[in-house]
Amino acid sequence: MIEEVLATARSNPLVDPSLTIWSWEIAIYLFLGGVTAGIMCISAMIALLNKEQQAPFAAWRLPLWAPILLSLGMTTLFLDLEHKLFVYRFYTTFQPAAPMSYGAWILIFVYPASIALILATLRQGYPLLASYVDRPRIGTWLLDWAERHRKGIALGNIPFGIALGIYTGILLSAFMARPFWNTAILGPLFLVSGLSTAAALAALLGREASERHLFTAVDVGLIITELAIIALLLISLAIGARLQLQALESIFGGPYTIAFWLWFVSLGLLVPLILEIRELGSTGKEGWVFLAPILVLVGGFLLRQIAIDIGQDTGWTHLSAQFDPSLLERLYH
Amino acid sequence: MARYAMVIDTRLCIGCGDCVIACKTENKVPDGLNRDWVLEITRGRYPDLYTEFRSERCNHCSRATCVEACPTGASHYWEDTNIVLVDPDRCTGCKACIAACPYNARFVRPEGYVSKCTFCVHRVEKGLEPACVSTCPTHCMHFGTLDDPSTEVSRLLASRKATSLMPETGNEPHVYYLS
Repeated sequence: MIEEVLATARSNPLVDPSLTIWSWEIAIYLFLGGVTAGIMCISAMIALLNKEQQAPFAAWRLPLWAPILLSLGMTTLFLDLEHKLFVYRFYTTFQPAAPMSYGAWILIFVYPASIALILATLRQGYPLLASYVDRPRIGTWLLDWAERHRKGIALGNIPFGIALGIYTGILLSAFMARPFWNTAILGPLFLVSGLSTAAALAALLGREASERHLFTAVDVGLIITELAIIALLLISLAIGARLQLQALESIFGGPYTIAFWLWFVSLGLLVPLILEIRELGSTGKEGWVFLAPILVLVGGFLLRQIAIDIGQDTGWTHLSAQFDPSLLERLYH
Repeated sequence: MARYAMVIDTRLCIGCGDCVIACKTENKVPDGLNRDWVLEITRGRYPDLYTEFRSERCNHCSRATCVEACPTGASHYWEDTNIVLVDPDRCTGCKACIAACPYNARFVRPEGYVSKCTFCVHRVEKGLEPACVSTCPTHCMHFGTLDDPSTEVSRLLASRKATSLMPETGNEPHVYYLS
């Protein structure tokens, strides 16, 4: 038997009794970052493969969502910062060993790349908005330039989209101190999840049946890939050291079992997968076509939230009990 | 890199908590927050029990994952030593360093920046010991550099059995416990 007890109070908020430094703000940021990465890749691929006829929404209108969703995510990220006025410090240096520094600088390249893709598609996608941009001479020049180089811009969006998607996972992977996060598999997992949620968004918002069919088929492939990567994640934890095994126990009988298996894996992946496969096989009009993409989007958020929560609950120090100052107060009552 | 170390004799430590009070007073650590703390570790099976007290804090690692994780360079080594400090003027409060510390030694101050034990670097600069070491009533705590074999900490580590906390992290921690 070994028992480690705090004899004096440590009780540093956000650290004790277990790490709770990141909450929904970071989960939303990672989720929206993943959707943005997926939108950039999907819209670019539609342009490069000349699939505009089959998927007009993804080709012309979806790119506008990328910087909007990313900015929403950046807002929640900003809300999470404890020293908000010093946010500019991310851009006064580059720290090669810090994943978060890469993330800050990747965003600098993601914004112009995604805005260039919007300019290349604005006249077809949002004619009214394009007419405002067209008014000044520089606006017309920009739209003409972007449309002329649409394929090149699309090609440029793919590496930045992939970098952003992988970064949202690697950010967590790099923390050796948190065993559940400390596997590079989170990078491809979050990237594929980001692509899947972006495909679900296209299937949800696209009006053409051909487009819904295309992205439903794409999403089926992505969900199956995501399930395979999750299996690899569980295997990598299962064959790890004691700390990794303890992290794995939190979803096998531990406090996150229901959240992981019922809410995320079942409702966020398996149910939409079955619904999407049924939709692909049916010839008639289905009444529940919106349900599967909505579940995929909710599942994408749950993946980030649950991963953040489990990671912070796992660590190297395990205090079996600690001094509770409220016990002293009870002495006087 | 010059290496500073703290060596604590667990055979002399009685878990009085004076080190904690000294730190809070010296560094004006706000209410409800602590840079150091004392653990009571009990091993064995009743009635054959063995208890030791362990005064813990930031381990001032030579390969500190908190320094590596900091995206702004706010977490840094002091003057080419292993003493890890946080520059409040560069800290964004992103908390990456807190997630990166396997010892959970960091916390957020009410002002918004991250804080932790500094080995009382403001005293070390003047040739003084950290407040916790100078206050300890049983003289179980020792501080000095490991690069000179004649220092007290070097001699203690050479002559007694010593362990550091979780060296398997690869962080190269520099708080040692004599047993």
